[in-house]
Amino acid sequence: MKTFAKGIHPEYCKDRTKNSKIVELAIPLKVIIPLHQNLGASCEPLVKVGDEVSEGQKIGETSKFVSAPVHASISGKVTRIEKLPHPCGVNVLSVVIEAHNVQCPISNVQLKKFDDIDPEEIRQSVKEAGIVGLGGAAFPTHVKLSPPKDKKIDTILVNGCECEPYITADHRIMLERAEDVVKGAKLVAKACNAGRIIFGVEENKKDATKALREVLRHEPEEGIYDGMEVITLETKYPQGGEKMLIKAMLEREVPSGGLPLDVGVVVANVGSCVAISEAVFKGIPLTKRVVTVTGSGIREPKNLLVRIGTTFKEIVDQCGGLTDDAYKVIMGGPMMGVAQYTLEVPVVKATSCILVLAKKDVKEEKVYPCIKCGRCARSCPMSLVPTRLAAYANAAKFSDFDEWGGQDCMECGCCVYVCPAKIPIVQLVKLGKLKLRQMK
Amino acid sequence: MSFLLSPAPHVRDNKSVPGVMCVVMIALLPATIGGIYFFGLQAAILIALSVVSAVVTEFVMNKMMKREVSIMDGSAALTGLLLALCVSPALPYYQVVFGSIFAIIIGKQLFGGLGFNVFNPALVGRAFLAAAFPVHMTTWLAPFAYRGLDAVTQATPLAAMKFSQQTTSYVSLLYGNVGGCIGETSVVLLLLGGLFLLTKGIINWRISFSYLGTVAVLSVLFGADPIFHLLAGGLMLGAFFMATDYVTSPITDKGMWIFGIGAGVLVVIIRLFSGLPEGVMYSILFMNAFVPLINRYTRPRIFGRRG
Repeated sequence: MKTFAKGIHPEYCKDRTKNSKIVELAIPLKVIIPLHQNLGASCEPLVKVGDEVSEGQKIGETSKFVSAPVHASISGKVTRIEKLPHPCGVNVLSVVIEAHNVQCPISNVQLKKFDDIDPEEIRQSVKEAGIVGLGGAAFPTHVKLSPPKDKKIDTILVNGCECEPYITADHRIMLERAEDVVKGAKLVAKACNAGRIIFGVEENKKDATKALREVLRHEPEEGIYDGMEVITLETKYPQGGEKMLIKAMLEREVPSGGLPLDVGVVVANVGSCVAISEAVFKGIPLTKRVVTVTGSGIREPKNLLVRIGTTFKEIVDQCGGLTDDAYKVIMGGPMMGVAQYTLEVPVVKATSCILVLAKKDVKEEKVYPCIKCGRCARSCPMSLVPTRLAAYANAAKFSDFDEWGGQDCMECGCCVYVCPAKIPIVQLVKLGKLKLRQMK
Repeated sequence: MSFLLSPAPHVRDNKSVPGVMCVVMIALLPATIGGIYFFGLQAAILIALSVVSAVVTEFVMNKMMKREVSIMDGSAALTGLLLALCVSPALPYYQVVFGSIFAIIIGKQLFGGLGFNVFNPALVGRAFLAAAFPVHMTTWLAPFAYRGLDAVTQATPLAAMKFSQQTTSYVSLLYGNVGGCIGETSVVLLLLGGLFLLTKGIINWRISFSYLGTVAVLSVLFGADPIFHLLAGGLMLGAFFMATDYVTSPITDKGMWIFGIGAGVLVVIIRLFSGLPEGVMYSILFMNAFVPLINRYTRPRIFGRRG
């Protein structure tokens, strides 16, 4: 089975939600929509307090290329525009919308045919819809779809790995929306003028592999691509990391500091593919996403289709609430997710999961000195020596940190997971990277 | 309601520093019990004294150096145990106490404590004893002498081979009823512990394998009996419990090979061509000194970069 070198096998904990169908959450009375939900530039508000907005209306935008507009996810009245808590841990300028009694759902009128759409149109629709990578990185998708002229893209990889423990959102999307995943992938291929599409799914989601293969078998004639296939990958973290995925599936190594397009590849997450398909064929902007709500601190774990801007509180309440011993709230998975201090934060485009851990699953570990066991180096998928990087960052030796490849770290957390001394290596590496950025 | 904030990742595996130390001590249990069985109460007292003095010294040093008390991480106790297992069962009690104190102060604490020492602390203690009390350190007890059998002292198999060309049967070497350090005589018991550490994923096979392999291959090349050289002396104890010490061995796969091969070469050179019958201690201490260099020159190729 294909995979990359090193990595770890954490406990997957996906059983509680992998069989629960995606359910759409009722329209919330209030949404908080941060104007910064992507890697890159923030948006400027297009509305002011008191304005009436309808669902799908663009409410924030910027002229910067690496950015994505944001849209109202409900119809209602703008009641506040101010800095509010964002699940990434900082306060971000956000638009608060309170719902009308009457909702005016987005009218999907466009309904285009695949062959009538040209690449530029795909990019435009994707940009207008505010689509970003829904796997968690939130990189604006239209940027990915606009490779420079001198970079030839030959392969589109569709990422259905979902290697983070607990999360089952992509798994359910592949089962329930397989057709849209394939449609979206074809749009990506068309936009990038790529001739090949490969779907990568981890071995623990055999039913998803089957669902995708089923769709490929009955593929309608329009836009048939050679070698559309589904590849099963070893269940291993971080299999879904872009660089690891490309290495595993194509034996190509993205150069240090480079992008997938440097090796002729564009990677798209399965959820993003569905969003792309909706945006291009139906003109629907990204106002909802699938969120897995799970963990030992949640009474009734679910996979929910949630409007962007819905608060964690509202979502958790719809999942039976927190257990009495709920102790840690995380946006994202347990390996790379961000701990939250409040439930009054909104779901953003990058929220794939709300994970609540009960006290029994949260170990507050004592930190010991590094005993040079080398487990971190043997688990690092980037082949770094994490203990060195942590030591250099800690000692403020930033040039050594750089020399030993600190900037190549993708912060996947494998090193910390295996560290017997429980050293917060990733945290120290982040510090090192920050200092290097400030020095440059 | 307040929630815990801490950086990702939010899950960890179950290995910890005290856990690792504990597993290594468990792995040494067969050899420890074997040592007491072969050499009697005297051996048990030496082991106890060595462990206790190591822990007490660690505690006193922590206090004097105004550091956090680190005796609960298990590393000091492990150093004490390892030291006791590689001294003669006939050693006077005060000497093992000196060795243990030296191991912790010079071998470990003065470098900065756990994780910062360059040399294996137990072997530093042993080297000190070998230099300070050479006669006592090379006076060996015959196994079961405590039962009042006729012979009281007995040369180690390596010394018997080197100085009087006497061979020792493989069976005795495997079983352990031969002269030697408290914990080094029984190959079977040491292998048991070594395999336990390997299956638990505590030690890496590369160091032990390359160390033992090099000794075997070079013995053949120099016309010595490879099986004898594998089974005799402190090689098994060294290969599974000393050379594999995390802090003082390389962290890269390639580095482990270099370390093991280098130590193996040194053992054979010392055993066959020097005035000493045994060379495991010096081979490991010598290679310890190279570890920072080895780590630096065997850096893995970073993903996406040219070698």
